[in-house]
Parts: sequence; structure tokens; C-alpha cells
Amino acid sequence: MTRWSVAFGAIASREVLRFVHQRERFLAALVRPLVWLLVFAAGFRAALGLAITPPYQTYIPYETYILPGLCGMILLFNGMQSSLSLVYDRETGSMRLLLTAPLPRGFLLFAKLCGATFIGILQVYAFLGIAAAFGVDAPAWGYLAVLPALVLAGLMLGALGLALSSFIKQLENFAGVMNFVIFPMFFLSSALYPLWKMAESSRLLHDICLANPFTHAVELIRFALYLQWNGWALLWTGLATVAFMALALWGYDPARGLVRRKG
Amino acid sequence: MSLSVQELSFSYGAKRALDAVSFEAAPGRFTALLGPNGAGKSTLFSLLTGLFVAPLGRIVVAGHDMASAPRAALAAMGVVFQQPTLDLDLSVRQNLRYFAALHGLSARVADARIDAALDRLDMRERAGEKARALNGGHRRRTELARALLHEPRVLLLDEPTVGLDAAARAAITVHVHDLAAGGLTVLWATHLTDEVLPDDDLILLHRGKIEAAGRAGDLHGAMPLKDWFLTRTGEPA
Repeated sequence: MTRWSVAFGAIASREVLRFVHQRERFLAALVRPLVWLLVFAAGFRAALGLAITPPYQTYIPYETYILPGLCGMILLFNGMQSSLSLVYDRETGSMRLLLTAPLPRGFLLFAKLCGATFIGILQVYAFLGIAAAFGVDAPAWGYLAVLPALVLAGLMLGALGLALSSFIKQLENFAGVMNFVIFPMFFLSSALYPLWKMAESSRLLHDICLANPFTHAVELIRFALYLQWNGWALLWTGLATVAFMALALWGYDPARGLVRRKG
Repeated sequence: MSLSVQELSFSYGAKRALDAVSFEAAPGRFTALLGPNGAGKSTLFSLLTGLFVAPLGRIVVAGHDMASAPRAALAAMGVVFQQPTLDLDLSVRQNLRYFAALHGLSARVADARIDAALDRLDMRERAGEKARALNGGHRRRTELARALLHEPRVLLLDEPTVGLDAAARAAITVHVHDLAAGGLTVLWATHLTDEVLPDDDLILLHRGKIEAAGRAGDLHGAMPLKDWFLTRTGEPA
């Protein structure tokens, strides 16, 4: 093994180890989407009739519609959670330890991002398993086909968290991230309602949803879960991943001074 | 020289934190960087460890220029930060392994060095305990052992005795003096004069500038170091 792969393995597995130590976090990560799936969706099932729209080939119950959106929600929360842990790392000093390792900073951050994405994907599969046990399922091969989509969506949302963490000065500001990033990103997307439904009520909101990279991450997951290709969603999610990663690298640029604000 | 700093300047916006700082630290010497709070010690350490980059000046670590070869410079450097950097939820061994891997040491090499380091600290039997279970002194010693795992030529310590009781402070100060005597280049930042011995090299940093540099005993002469420090900085040590 080269020194790069040794370091990559250590950084990524530390993220996983940290997650394993936080059982409550795993529980919370599962309870949140399950409440949406089993309570919220049950209530809205009667109110929302969903016409046939790709990738679905038949009328579908609302639970089936929001399943991919809730996978996206898990990855979104996971991305923000890892952002929170990065801010915490910076305050405790373990970020200094990481950034003084003799490897390129972009590589160190990417390794951390991969660890966080892996954790997110584990949570998604646990959620999909429980959902299937409750009868909300997808084609069998879809569970495999969705993996690359989950990896890309996880990287995109993790990179967003990474970028945000470089701009959040203190842990206390994290509530602002919830209000100004997670909620708008989730609600202004196709996670809970199809975009054509949104267009019926407001053209502007529809356009905002369409520009939201989270919409495309959810659509990428949705199509992959039903074994269909969505090149546009793939392109948009990929571009957003690159943009967020570039923003994160800029945020952590030593010439800008990551810890400068902390002295 | 193992560590050479030339004409290093740095500002936080309009506030000058370091002003044309130049000094050298030699192998086998304990070089104390003494300065009151706010003198610029932590800024200097952030620059030395590449956490941020100085627009002016030059840092050379074991022959590697921090600007053109930062990774080689970092590989030659061991650092004990002022803030605790152990992951309290990981065991002592896991903490050490994580660091060794960051420096590219294979598990086999790392484990052998970790065992040796823990034996030196009489902590082998505590390797499996979580870092949270260690007292402040042991945590610091673990961090010091960790900083030496990749066998650096230069050891940087930023106020490493902060928060320790008198016995732990004395023990770690003696230990690092021994390391310097063994050939390591040591730069030890502090505001506590009793950590500096008369034979140490001393750099006095005040308001971002080097006020004095030389052998400690030569600088303060017959006057106690504490009093000399007070007269030079006008602040209590």
C-alpha cells in the first residue's frame, strides 16, 4: 500500500468509527425519514393523486413517490452532520492534526468526504430495507443500480457540507445552516412533490426547484432505483459536486487561512 | 540549521501579528520561544505548520522550503499543538495509529513504533483505554509520543504545558530537554519562564517582533529570567 492509500484508509475509517460510536446518530438518521414515510406520507396519500410520470409506469402511491426523496434527505442530513463535525474538529484542534499531514490538502479533505459519503449510503440502505419491510419497495435490481447514484449524490451533499464548514465560524452558527440550507434545499425540490405539480401552483417556485441541485440528486436516485437513465440529472449533480468541491478547496486554502479566524 | 525562519511577516487585516521575524533553531538544542500572550507565538506556529501561508518571508524545515516543498517540510516536523488534539472516543492506540497512517506508516511499522513509544511512557498497558480515561499529563505525553512516531527532525511545541499540574509540567519539560539532548531540534513556545534553562537557546518574541535572541543564561545574566522577561516586555510572566 502506498502512503496515500494508508492515509486515505485511516481518514475514511475514522469517520466510520466515529459514526459507530454515535448510535443515537444512526437511530436519528433512520427515524427522521421513517416518520415521513410512515406518518406524513400516509396522511398525504389521500390528498395527493399522482399521475403516471417517468420513471414510473403505473399509478403509484405517495409513499413510493417520496422514497427516493427520503434517501436524498438522509444524504442531505448526513452531509450537514459531517459539516458539523468538521466545525467541531476545527474547534477541538483535530483539524490541525489532519491538515498538517504531509499530503495535499485537497486529498485529505476528499478522503474525509468519502468516509462521510460511505456512512450516508449505509444509512440509506438501512432505510430502504426497513421501508421494504413495510411494503414500500422498488425493483430488486434497482437496489444495486441506485448505488452509483447514491455515491454521487452523497459526494455532492458532503462537498456542500465541507464548503459550508469552511465558512461557519462557530458551532453555534449551525442552526442557521439548518434554516437556510437544509430546509430550503429539501422543500424546494422534487423530493416531496413532482415538479409539474409545483408548476401548477407557481411557475417561479417550479423554476427554483429546477435549479436546485438537490432536485437533480433526488431524480438521479429515483431513476436509478427504477433502472432508468437520467443523463440530465447526472450531469447537473456531477457539475454541482465539482462546484461544491472547488468551493470547499477555496474555503480551506491555507493562503486564505482556515484557522486564521480562530488564531 | 534544521529550522530557519527569515523575515517572516504576517497581518490579520490591518493588524500586524508578526513583523520581519528571523531566527534559527539548531539540532540538539532546546530553543525556547518566550513571549507574553498575544506576542504572535500561535500565529508563528500556524505559519510554521502550514495552516496558513505567509505572503512575506521564508520558512525552511530540515532543508525543505515551506513554500515550495510544504509536504517534505511537514514530513520532517513533529507538532504538539496548544489545543488537545486526541480523539477522546478512540483508544490511545487508535489515536496513535491514525496519526501514523496520516504520515503514511504501514500498520506493521506503526505498531512496532507505537509499542516502543508506549513502553517509554510506561503506558503500554493503557493502550486499549479510551483517551478520555487519561489524565491531562498522560494525554499530553501521548500527544508528544504521537508527534515523534514518524521520526521527525524538528519538534515544535506550542505551549504544551497549558492546563497541566506542576508535576506533569516539570516532567514533560524535562522529557523534551532530554529529546533535544538526543539530537532533535526543539522549538518550544511558552510564556512561562521556569520552563527555560540557562543553557537553552532563547528567542524573546514581543508584539510580533524578536526582542532578543541568544543563550538564555547570557541574555538574563545575573538577573532571574522572570525579572529579565518582565523588564523586557513590561508584562508579568
